[in-house]
Amino acid sequence: MVPLHWYLTLSAAVFMIGMFGFLTRRNIIIMFMSVELMLNAVNISLVSFSHYLQDLRGHVLVFFVITVAAAEAAIGLAIIIALFRNKQTAHVDEMNEMKG
Amino acid sequence: MLQQLFFGYYAFIIIGLSLLVITRKNPGHSVMWMLLLFFHIAGLYLFLNAEFIAAIQVIVYAGAILVLFLFVVLLLNLKEEISLRQVAGSWPAAFFISALLFVAVTAALGAYVQGPAGRYSIDVIRSETHAKALGKLLYTEYLFPFEIASLILLVAVVGAVVLAKRKLRS
Repeated sequence: MVPLHWYLTLSAAVFMIGMFGFLTRRNIIIMFMSVELMLNAVNISLVSFSHYLQDLRGHVLVFFVITVAAAEAAIGLAIIIALFRNKQTAHVDEMNEMKG
Repeated sequence: MLQQLFFGYYAFIIIGLSLLVITRKNPGHSVMWMLLLFFHIAGLYLFLNAEFIAAIQVIVYAGAILVLFLFVVLLLNLKEEISLRQVAGSWPAAFFISALLFVAVTAALGAYVQGPAGRYSIDVIRSETHAKALGKLLYTEYLFPFEIASLILLVAVVGAVVLAKRKLRS
């Protein structure tokens, strides 16, 4: 039997990698993929909690997280396309119109 | 022993693949590594007796979301992007922050006390099948959040069309 701690440590490690990628990479598509990575890390911990507590609520939550991730990917990629049409770049350092 | 070995393989591959995803220069390569990563996460879900979640992980994440990412990567011409500087100058600070988060989470694990077990043990799920048990819960207890999720998807569809379409000349 694999202890629950292992799953949670794996989840925390993947979340950490996703967060590191989001904070350091300057390509907006890869930043977006880092967000997906973090959502997946949370899904791993939800499913493992659900398994060890013998409850299905975690699975229901994962279902909703995947729904919201799909909606977020659609909207976010549409925003990226609209930005690229105006700026011809996917580099976040050059997107500074809202600096005020 | 075999279970630990199995978990070890998945954990090693998942962490390695997520590192590959965030370090590749070309976003197209990142998407491909992420595809492999999602399949491994689906395998981990199967290992946790969540076969329906594993299926929608493959269908929705690997099949729909990643194809959307791949479309955008191929639509945008990122040739000269790749030659630009890819990493922010303050990466040690970012590493410190994320490592701090990791240490905080793992340090808190020691204080975890297992709550009372629910009624969906492995035998119950096996006799009822996972999809049926999840569906029952989703359509009775979680009906209202389910409806809200459908509304979110509707907003996403409309929003994506509105954002991505070219402005019409009036």
